[in-house]
Order: sequence, then C-alpha cells, then structure tokens
Amino acid sequence: MALSETLPAEPEPIAIPQGYWSGVGARLVRDPLTVICASVILALILGAIFAPWLGLADPYKGSMIARLKPLGTEGHILGTDEQGRDMLARLIYGGRLTLFIGLMPVVLAFFIGSTLGILAGYVGGITNTIIMRTVDVFFAFPSVLLAIAISGALGAGIVNSLVSLTIVFIPPLTRVAEAVTSGVRSLDYIDAARATGASALTVIRVHVIGNVLSPIFVYATSLTSVCMILAAGLSFLGIGVRPPEPEWGLMLNTLRSAIYVNPWLSALPGVMIFVTSLCLNLLSDGLRSAMNVRD
Amino acid sequence: MTNLLDIQNLTIRFKGKRTVHAINDVSLSMKQGETLALLGESGSGKSVTLKALLGLLPPKRTDIAGSIHVNGTDVLSLSGKALQRYRGGEVSMVFQEPALALDPVYTVGHQIAETVMRHKGLSKEDALSTALDMLDRVRIPSANRRLNNYPHELSGGMRQRVMIALALACRPKLLLADEPTTALDATVQIQILLLLRELQKEFGMGVIFVTHDIGVAVEISERVAVMYAGQIVEEGTTREIIRDGRHPYTRGLLAANLHDVARGERLNAIAGSPPALEAKPDACSFAPRCPRALSACREALPPMITPSERRRVGCLRADETLAAE
Repeated sequence: MALSETLPAEPEPIAIPQGYWSGVGARLVRDPLTVICASVILALILGAIFAPWLGLADPYKGSMIARLKPLGTEGHILGTDEQGRDMLARLIYGGRLTLFIGLMPVVLAFFIGSTLGILAGYVGGITNTIIMRTVDVFFAFPSVLLAIAISGALGAGIVNSLVSLTIVFIPPLTRVAEAVTSGVRSLDYIDAARATGASALTVIRVHVIGNVLSPIFVYATSLTSVCMILAAGLSFLGIGVRPPEPEWGLMLNTLRSAIYVNPWLSALPGVMIFVTSLCLNLLSDGLRSAMNVRD
Repeated sequence: MTNLLDIQNLTIRFKGKRTVHAINDVSLSMKQGETLALLGESGSGKSVTLKALLGLLPPKRTDIAGSIHVNGTDVLSLSGKALQRYRGGEVSMVFQEPALALDPVYTVGHQIAETVMRHKGLSKEDALSTALDMLDRVRIPSANRRLNNYPHELSGGMRQRVMIALALACRPKLLLADEPTTALDATVQIQILLLLRELQKEFGMGVIFVTHDIGVAVEISERVAVMYAGQIVEEGTTREIIRDGRHPYTRGLLAANLHDVARGERLNAIAGSPPALEAKPDACSFAPRCPRALSACREALPPMITPSERRRVGCLRADETLAAE
C-alpha cells in the first residue's frame, strides 16, 4: 500500500475484458488437424455458395454421347455421370444441397433443443417432467428409423427432409441442454446473481446460457456429420431430395448401377460424404478441446 | 430512526415428503450500522434466515409466516422489479464458497460491472471504473490487472475479496455474510475479517455475520444471537455472551474450544445431536442434550427471559445460572 501511495496514480486505461472467444480461437490455431479440417469444410461451403460463379459446366445438362466418362477426361476432370453430366460441377453444386440439409437441421434443433432444455432444467418441476418425458418418447425410436418414418410420412422433398431431421435431433440436444442446465442451476453463483438483484431472465441469459452454451454447442457440432449422413441416406433411399437435383446421397444411388463400368466414378459422391463427415467430426473434436477451458 | 432490520415471529417450514420446521418463531432486530453475529451449529437455521431475508427460498416449497422489515420495507411482500431492486441494492450477500459463487465464464470486472449496470444504469465504462474502485477498496493489489482475470485465476482469499467487492458495489445498507471465512485458511481468515470490519465502518452498513466459530464472532461483531434448532436461544452484546452466557447451549459452545486443553485430555463437547425438526417444538429443543434440564423443560416451551435491555435468554433456569456464580 505504502509503495502505491508514493507513486503517482498511473493513468492506465481500463481495458474491456478480453473475450472468451479470442482465447478459443488462439487454442484452435495451435491445432493443425483442426485447422485443416476447418479449411476443407470452409472450402466446401465457399464452393457451394459461389458455385454459379466458378465457371463450371451446367450440372443439369447431360450428353447422350459422353456418358460415364472416366476421371481425367478432357473437359470433364472428374468424368461424367450416367447421363453425361459433368461430375465436378455436380459434386460442387451437390454440396449446396447436401451441406444445407446436413447442417440446417442441426442449427434448427440447436436453437429449439437448447431452449427446451434450458427451460426444463432451469424451471424444473412439472415443466421439466412434461418436456423431458415427451423427449424420451422420441428416444424410443432409433434415429435413422425415425427420420425415415417421418420423411416417408411427409413425402419426399427438401423441406420435408429438413423437418424430419430437425425432429430427430431435437431430443438429444434437449437432453444435453437439460442435463448441463440443471447442473449449473444449483450452483452458488446462480444464487449469488439472484442475491444481487438479477431477474430470472438475466440469470438465464447471462449466467445459465454463458455456462451451458459451449457443451451444447460442441455436442451439436458432433451431430452435424451424423445429420449429413442421414440426409444423404434419405436421398439415397429416394425419400429426400428428388432427381435431377444434384445431391451426394442421390448421386451415389443413381451411380450405383455403374459400379462395374466405372467404379472410381461411382465412388466419388461417397468420397465427398466421407471426407465431409470426417472433417466435421474432427473439427468438432478440436472445438471441444479448444472450448473446454476449465477442465 | 427506524431499525435497520426487524424480524417478527418468523416461522419457516419446508414442505415436501416430510415437513421440516426450519425456523420457529424467530424475532430479531438490528440498529443501523450494527454488526450482529448469528452463531449456531450446522442445521440450526442460520443460512435459511439469511436466504429468507433476500427472498431466495423457493416459494413453492416453503411456508413463511411472520414478518421481515428492512428499513421499514416489508421484504416478504416484495416481488418482481421491487424485489430485484432490493436484492443487491438494499441488502447484499457474501457467500461461503467464493469459488462457487463467482461465475467461472466471466471476468471478475465484468461480474461486478454487470451488477452496477443493473442497479445504477451506468454505462459499461463507468461500471468498470466503479468495479476498479471496488477492487481497490477491498485491497486487491494491482486491481487494474485483476479486473480482467477470471475467478479461477485468483486465490481463495482474493476471490472472497472480489465477492465482497461484488456485494458492496451498490452500497447496500445491510450485508449478509454467510460464513465468508469458512473456506479460507486461518491467516487469510483474519485478513478478511479485518477487511469486513473496516468496510463496515467505511460504508456505515449493518452486517449480519453467520458463523459457527465463536472466535470469529468475537472478532467481528458487537452483538451475538445464538441459534439452536431454528430458534434464537440467547441474544446480547458480544461481551455479555462471552462473559456471561446464560443458556446452557451457549455455555456448551463456549466450553467446546481447543484452547488451553492439555494433550490427552478429553475435549469438551456437547453430548448428543440436534433434533430433527420434523415437528413443531412444544418444549425446549435443547432439553434432551442439556445437563441441567428439569422435567418442566420437557413439558413446555421455555420462557424468554430478558435480564436487561436487548438481552434475552430462552431458558427456564437462566436466572439460576446467574445465581450459581
């Protein structure tokens, strides 16, 4: 104390606290595998977004004479499919739908599931019972069967696949959100926040969401690859996207018959699905370790 | 001048599979700027009293009867916005375990600033400079750097200082301290006690200090209220309680210390354990453990004897104890 009194008051500026996310970013950058996977995903997403401006061939225009050309054919680097459409163009355009149906349900389920779970976990009592027991009903069905059943009932189509996949992913996210919320809810800092006059909404917005969001988020990212595979699976079975739309699962199905003629070609959509879901998985793993500050 | 705190006949029951009579007919009053130690063993209702003062008990599962007035405000009738303004503004609390009572995902500066912004409507910059000022006041060295620390980066004593800064940021009239030194080691304990005493003088606020450690109570408080089984069994100035504890429970607590005890000698302890509180007491709760109990003690509630002003003892034989000396 005596020392600081003799010194002139330092006019140190009060720094706005450094964000949590910049710390996460710094840890992510130090993890090369995650960076690679993130760049692959980013490239796929950018390719999907900017597909029309990449100077690719028309993914819908076939040619009867240029069917099932092998990889490396001039003009068609990745060959052509069973109707003579350029594979490269179809794979990149296919990323649009596949990624959209693969990621959108998880995003939707993330918001709906977190809301339900945080509500159930924080309010507790009868609200918790109603929400969680309803969620349990959905757990009685295997996720693949549930997605197929709902899609089958609603009929094929992009919107219906979105709806059915969202419904499939709400229960697990709700359950995770509820579990972490009820863990956080009983902690002293929630009481402490209430004791300093925070309203229930402020407590949830600041202290509950701040503490539960990263586990839910990490769990959601691990669901994206499953969701993408499920979406491709629905298309493969003919209850997802309808032809002639380019979509990896659907392409895999239509090229199936060509597997003896040109096996490399027919494997391509499968490779795309594999690489994307692998990268999503590794990325979510990387995020998990980057976000786990306290363990 | 109105009393800072007036609790009248407070009775709290927890409903559930089995009813627990946590607080039974407690009355307590405090003058402005007074420091009161609430002394008692675990489960005697100290923390429940504090939580009732802040309206923090779950309303669905608790029955509260009686009244609590802080500065003339009827606390039990508050709800919504008024209750939020009261919590943290009028009355604030320091928790037992600072590691758990600070949110791990926000910097300490952010947490203090958040409370200040909520109560005073300041901008983020102003709130942060208030937070800095508070950290200085609780004697945290290089407060400017600490402002941006997360709770896990601080030591236990430092965290408790932050907790105190957080509780005092909005200048409450009454500070509730729920065993704030229990989780700390002895050297830090005394620092925190001294700090609280200084801050209490500086801010002129009332402090209720819950503890089970008589030594701590002596150090910090002017008055002591001894709780047992959800009742106040004795109240008086600290000096009166230490020198002239009348209730056998108080005497038991005073005797049960480790000072001046020779090695190998049996320690003084109060035999038995506290009652289960499942039924409303209809006799002296301490009678089963009391070495001086009479049959009358087991038949009716003991009278509250008031030997002098603001001094009371809930024991049938309180006057005798005096005569025996």
